[in-house]
Amino acid sequence: MSLAPMTVAIEPAAAEQKPRTGGLPRWAGPALGLLLPLTLAVGWELAVRAGWSDGRLVPPPSVIYATFAELAETGELQRHALATLARVLAGFGIGVVTGTVFGAVTGYSAILRQLLDPSLQALRAIPSIAWVPLFILWLGIFEASKVTLIAVGVFFPVYLGVMGAVMSVDRKIVEVGRVFRLSGIQMVRRILLPAVLPAYVIALRSGLGLGWMFVVAAEFMGASEGLGFLLVDGQQLGKPAQIVAAIVAFAVIGKTTDWIVVGLTAPFLRWEDRARMGGN
Amino acid sequence: MLTLDHVGKTYPNGVRALENFTASVGPGEILAIVGGSGCGKSTLLRAVSGLDTPSQGRILLDGEVVKQPHAKIGIIFQEPRLLPWLTVAGNVGFGLEDRPKAERNARVADALARVGLSEKANVWPRELSGGQAQRVAIARALVPRPEVLLLDEPFSALDAFTRTDLQDHLLDLWADLKPTLILVTHDVDEAIVLADRIMVMQPMPGRLFDEIADDLPRPRDRQSAAFDFVKRRVLTALDRSLADGRPDGKPAASDADSGAAMWW
Repeated sequence: MSLAPMTVAIEPAAAEQKPRTGGLPRWAGPALGLLLPLTLAVGWELAVRAGWSDGRLVPPPSVIYATFAELAETGELQRHALATLARVLAGFGIGVVTGTVFGAVTGYSAILRQLLDPSLQALRAIPSIAWVPLFILWLGIFEASKVTLIAVGVFFPVYLGVMGAVMSVDRKIVEVGRVFRLSGIQMVRRILLPAVLPAYVIALRSGLGLGWMFVVAAEFMGASEGLGFLLVDGQQLGKPAQIVAAIVAFAVIGKTTDWIVVGLTAPFLRWEDRARMGGN
Repeated sequence: MLTLDHVGKTYPNGVRALENFTASVGPGEILAIVGGSGCGKSTLLRAVSGLDTPSQGRILLDGEVVKQPHAKIGIIFQEPRLLPWLTVAGNVGFGLEDRPKAERNARVADALARVGLSEKANVWPRELSGGQAQRVAIARALVPRPEVLLLDEPFSALDAFTRTDLQDHLLDLWADLKPTLILVTHDVDEAIVLADRIMVMQPMPGRLFDEIADDLPRPRDRQSAAFDFVKRRVLTALDRSLADGRPDGKPAASDADSGAAMWW
């Protein structure tokens, strides 16, 4: 997953270089970003083929691919990925709904903020993994405790993002709504919601990112299926290729869900005056 | 008829922003309010708009007390305050959401044509220049056909050419619809070009100091001797309004940074 921001960061630099180097093709920037990982992958593959390393602990790309194909063929990959995805979506949904509600009321009302925010901030200071034993005691070792842990992880970035966004809605814009005598509900729908939407999307994306982080923690604490189970299973049975395959699956699915959030919200954010990053 | 009846505003921190302001503004009249900083002119306008409630006195529109924003009272702020997530047409039609779509479209198109921005109907506010954005704000305020239109230093953020242009433009729009205009400004030329009557306010606490009739024939020539004559009267009144509040009875030269420098 960490590769994606790197390629994004490369692009503006490439765009700047364009006039100087006399017209690099458009794919040159992203291709430059792929150069290092591809060289490493090919190099490692060759090293293993040449017998310089047995590749047992660090499997070469061809073995990882073979493991991937095998898992996909037996349907194992889909089963585990779906289990993990379902947990993330359930936890994300709960975390987003509660985070949005609490963020909205504390952002809107100073009294509720003074009442709730110190407690929530104190809870936020606790490393969320520390809840795991308690959640297991309360909710059992099955889905409920896992989904709850993910929801806790998603809750805080969404809560903070929504509270900050609601608090920073421009008073001058709200006055425009008052001049046109909007009712409370109209004010929310026509002024507040559109005003907080850009910050909300960012909060959703960081919440989703944490959701993917916490699902691994949740699946480590005892699961019979899920990509996190594949990781633990790969470790216990000494199958590093399976571990890497699960990591790659996390990267691909995690990035895809992020794209979906961005894609679904993009039509509502066309008005934003953004600096054009990425050159095209 | 808009009536301000002994209107005063004391803020919770004890600052008396406005005291005992009484005036009547007739239908179609253009009233300009000028004064130094802290003279309560913006406080006054916000009270008439219903965005703030006065702590003393009352504001009446055709005999009805104004306590909150009123359908017949529109306001144009110093900044355009367009909603960035709506297109120009969406902003202009903001106050018409409860109307049938056909009527809304027709009135938006009409208002945009009046301010000369028909071709900008579908662009985002960020794509407009400062003057264009303020014209959209004017169109948005005019679309509900207000009886009273309040203007809070509406052109002060614009460059001198755009400002003169929009002042003339505002007069054209006014001539069509004849709303009552109340203009708060610290630009004396602007007050004289636009107004039928100029009220000079005195600061701390804000109150009415002098009232000057401005019956120059329209359209007004900013270069004429008659214009200069009215201007001198307004400037003298402003000068005295500041001197009056001081123990030594003299205008303070050191007051330049408080806004008084604008007039010389």
